[in-house]
Amino acid sequence: MGRRPKAEPACLTGEDDEAISFNNGIAALLSVARNDNNLMKTHPLIKNAYNLGFHKPESSVFRTPKGLNREIVESISRFKQEPAWMLDFRLQALKIFEQKKMPSWGVDLSEIKFNDLYYYISPAKKKFRRWKDVPKDIKDTYEKIGIPQAERKFLAGVGSQYDSEVIYHNLKKKWEEQGVIFTDTDTALQKYPDIIKQHFGTIIPPNDNKFSALNSAVWSGGSFIYIPKGVHVEIPLQAYFRINAANMGQFERTLIIADEGSYLHYIEGCSAPIYTTNLLHCGVVEIIIKKDARVRYTTIQNWSNNVYNLVTKRMLIEEKGFGEWIDGNLGSKKTMKYPSLILKGKGAHGEILSLSFAGKGQHQDTGGKAIHLAPHTTSTITSKSVSINGGRASYRGLVKINKGADNSKSFIRCDALLLDEISRSDTYPVNIVNEQNAALGHEASVSKINEQQLFYLRSRGINETQATSLIVNGFIEPIVKELPLEYAVELNRLINLSMEGAVG
Amino acid sequence: MKNTLAISSLHASTTGGKEILHGISLTVKKGEIHAIMGPNGAGKSTLAQTLMGHPGFKITQGKIIINGVDISHLPPDQRAKNGLFLGFQYPIEVPGVNFDNFLRMAINENQKKGVKKISPLAFRQQLTDQAKRLAFSKNIIGMALNEDFSGGEKKKAEILQFALIKPEFAILDEPDSGLDVDALKYIAKTILSLDYPFGLILITHYQRILHYIKPDFVHIMINGKLVKSGDSSLAKEIEKKGYEGYLNNVSLREAPR
Repeated sequence: MGRRPKAEPACLTGEDDEAISFNNGIAALLSVARNDNNLMKTHPLIKNAYNLGFHKPESSVFRTPKGLNREIVESISRFKQEPAWMLDFRLQALKIFEQKKMPSWGVDLSEIKFNDLYYYISPAKKKFRRWKDVPKDIKDTYEKIGIPQAERKFLAGVGSQYDSEVIYHNLKKKWEEQGVIFTDTDTALQKYPDIIKQHFGTIIPPNDNKFSALNSAVWSGGSFIYIPKGVHVEIPLQAYFRINAANMGQFERTLIIADEGSYLHYIEGCSAPIYTTNLLHCGVVEIIIKKDARVRYTTIQNWSNNVYNLVTKRMLIEEKGFGEWIDGNLGSKKTMKYPSLILKGKGAHGEILSLSFAGKGQHQDTGGKAIHLAPHTTSTITSKSVSINGGRASYRGLVKINKGADNSKSFIRCDALLLDEISRSDTYPVNIVNEQNAALGHEASVSKINEQQLFYLRSRGINETQATSLIVNGFIEPIVKELPLEYAVELNRLINLSMEGAVG
Repeated sequence: MKNTLAISSLHASTTGGKEILHGISLTVKKGEIHAIMGPNGAGKSTLAQTLMGHPGFKITQGKIIINGVDISHLPPDQRAKNGLFLGFQYPIEVPGVNFDNFLRMAINENQKKGVKKISPLAFRQQLTDQAKRLAFSKNIIGMALNEDFSGGEKKKAEILQFALIKPEFAILDEPDSGLDVDALKYIAKTILSLDYPFGLILITHYQRILHYIKPDFVHIMINGKLVKSGDSSLAKEIEKKGYEGYLNNVSLREAPR
């Protein structure tokens, strides 16, 4: 036998290691979709094991020692006075975390020393750093993109809270009248234990991946949102209004439930750089979209460039529901994030818009997943990445159309723009179609800055830096136009800033 | 020399080293219209792009001087700031870049030092007025640069940029190609309506546009050289006889390189 002829890329034949490990997620996704989440079943129901009226003493200092073990997880849960089932959930997750190997694909995570990290610091006593300790480049960026003074301190972890309480309270009153619940997840666990218990970890079980297990073991903060049947929340809910340093924390856990026929746009994160000395950010976001409901979840992530950002995000979309991820990754040292859609109900529709910007020393491994389980489901994934100054952007995607998901359609488009010779872009798509009567389209492009475009713009008196910025901003425009205006403006300025150092 | 674009014995090669312009000399004063005519492949577009500083062409000899400033080795944006404009034969699409934002930026970049930036409102008014004059069928605000334009609109949009940027010297590279008679009239009308002094180099294949914009000088370009210059009657002669007579003459004189 001669050598096997080079046929399909390995990732399509499933022979590539990376593809296989990436596919492991499917089993978990499917088990979720079948509602046979063993983990939840194995836990006995324990009610009222918490104190509803509990308030954390404001003066107490609580921080777990460095490292991660059973005692630390227990003490986190004890400190928060959680119900026993949550403690069991955490401990179970810890075991899974310890057993699971580090992913052999994606970004290089070998520098993370899990035993060298703090896993919990009580929010009340979180120490704020001094303004003079914030690095100069972060301060300069705030100045240049025009962040108001009050917000700068908050973003840099100097102030505790951005002063928008008044606006927030008025909005909150309106939401509450409609039956909307919007609170941090720790509070939700105390106040709405039944809803939390019913849904927590059902979309992303701890055994989904090593980092969902880690998050499940040590989670804190994050948002809990419940939108009742038929309620349309017209103004986007923004974590920005109420977050304090704690909620921006390392292991936030978000759960959103949009009941039948409801509508929600949730915005999380911030396009301005957020300075943190926490080296690991490991969040989990679970969203349940019931029949005819629609949820749009917008994230702009711009952690400072020392952070590992490893986030698991997933939506379960029921009949004729509509779910959208808009996911922008600008900062952090390394990112692994693949927002997922599980199209469970007939006629469900999902969209993922992913934007990555990889600069010096950064590796953004991002993309999306869509799993079609029911007939007439549709999905689109649009990914745009920009690499500059030796940055690396990878698109990693998975689309699976199951047998029985007839008349389903998926369309994937990923475009990469490389701004210089030393930057890098990769694409790792996995597309699996097990239903004859379904359609899947995939388009991909990698381009460099087009000389003709540059010449054209420059012939109008626009210098090279400005012209490059225009081209880059034009390239990402299909995603930026979906962002709230203030984010779009900031993003635009940030890109212009990063061009200044890079061109000419 | 003030108010003058002076091109003197300009030689230019491709980056691969092939010489395309073999010594072009031309002086354009403000208020003058020069037509450059020639057959396909004569180097007309190369001349236009070399003047503007296209990175694909290298000036090996000669100079381009605007108002006494030697711009031969300046990057394209600096040439523009010195008063030069090129209307592209094939305008380049830049996806996602908003036409009106781009144009306002260009106008501000070309302002002389100390001149105030154009206000967004004033700009919008000028833009819509000129768009109307050029008979743009759609609202031009918010369109993506050339991407959202039809072939004819792209050509009109070049003239629109010319009219708003108000360069001292404009080179229009076949502004008439691909246009129907009506569109041709609109662009000619717009150019003629510009109420400030500028010099114009009009590159064209056909005599058609010269019915509307009457040139002061006509130059015939063959194989990278200007082989004959005259007044507008030269264009009429070309229309009757074609370039054949010139082609034969030149090919004898042109030594292989």
